[in-house]
Amino acid sequence: MATKRFFIGFLLVSLVLAGLVSYYASGSPDGLEKVAEEEGISAEEKDHALKDSPLGDYGVKGVDNEWVSAGLSGVIGVGAVLLIGGGLFWAVRRRDAVPASQEPEEKAPAGPSGQG
Amino acid sequence: MHVPDGFIDAPVSIAAGAVAVAGVGIALRGARRELDDRTAPLAGLTAAFVFAAQMLNFPVAAGTSGHLLGGALAAILVGPYTGVLAVSVVLFLQALLFADGGLSALGVNIILMALVTVLVGYAVFRSLLRVLPKTRASAGGASFAAALVSVPASALAFTLIYAVGGTADVSIGKVAAAMLGVHVLIGIGEALITAVTVSSVLAVRPDLVYGARGLMKPVELRTARPTPSRA
Repeated sequence: MATKRFFIGFLLVSLVLAGLVSYYASGSPDGLEKVAEEEGISAEEKDHALKDSPLGDYGVKGVDNEWVSAGLSGVIGVGAVLLIGGGLFWAVRRRDAVPASQEPEEKAPAGPSGQG
Repeated sequence: MHVPDGFIDAPVSIAAGAVAVAGVGIALRGARRELDDRTAPLAGLTAAFVFAAQMLNFPVAAGTSGHLLGGALAAILVGPYTGVLAVSVVLFLQALLFADGGLSALGVNIILMALVTVLVGYAVFRSLLRVLPKTRASAGGASFAAALVSVPASALAFTLIYAVGGTADVSIGKVAAAMLGVHVLIGIGEALITAVTVSSVLAVRPDLVYGARGLMKPVELRTARPTPSRA
């Protein structure tokens, strides 16, 4: 599989998971929250300083449809992580690398095998 | 596993912040060796995938859920140093944009979900690959075990930090037992997601999986010996 196609596919999977599948995720407290409630740790919990922020709690403020709000917040999150993370990784990468144009699959576009 | 504000007292939160800064600093230096023109975009996409997968809480027991932490997965796909950075970026943006994980607890959360999961997960993964046959199936199995162990390790790390800086007067023994119990179950989910993801990438682009470098021998181009003439 060509690198570009693989990258696009990987991104699409993340967008579908964050934008569509996330709506159906379990709403139950996670392991830490559950234990914290049961053992009395949660009594000391403080509200998040940014709980009323535009994307607080994985929804978009002002979007009334829950499905759209949750999905949109997921897509925005994937975009933000890709932008900040990708930018950081691009900035710290080695510069002496083999140029991307020398990748093997681009040399042999009509290779018979799908493996690798 | 996102620790909110108020669970851990100020001195320990500050100390955890210092440890997190040091850890991310070391990761920034080490990631340089792991990242190049091809793996840098993959690392960004891996961070985005971890963010997406962390939204998918799956039920583990009555009234309890869990989600991927992603440290083991990121370390195997893009390398341990880059893996720490990938999960840290996710945690930073979750706290800043989505009010998920307290701002004062960001250091604690980076220790639990970026540093501990990467260190434990990658150590288990590489140790297993050293003794297992050098096959794609071994890499899938090793990633399963790595992820499985990384989650209870993270839960144990929380308990240790809580024992030092917890704000409520609770029985640490009971917290440890409860945290370990539920996170062994969550670890199974983490292991399944990690093994499926690593195996999927190995199936289409084994050359892109950092942790499996040297596992799959590169295809050698050999010139065929001239066949003896039949004449």
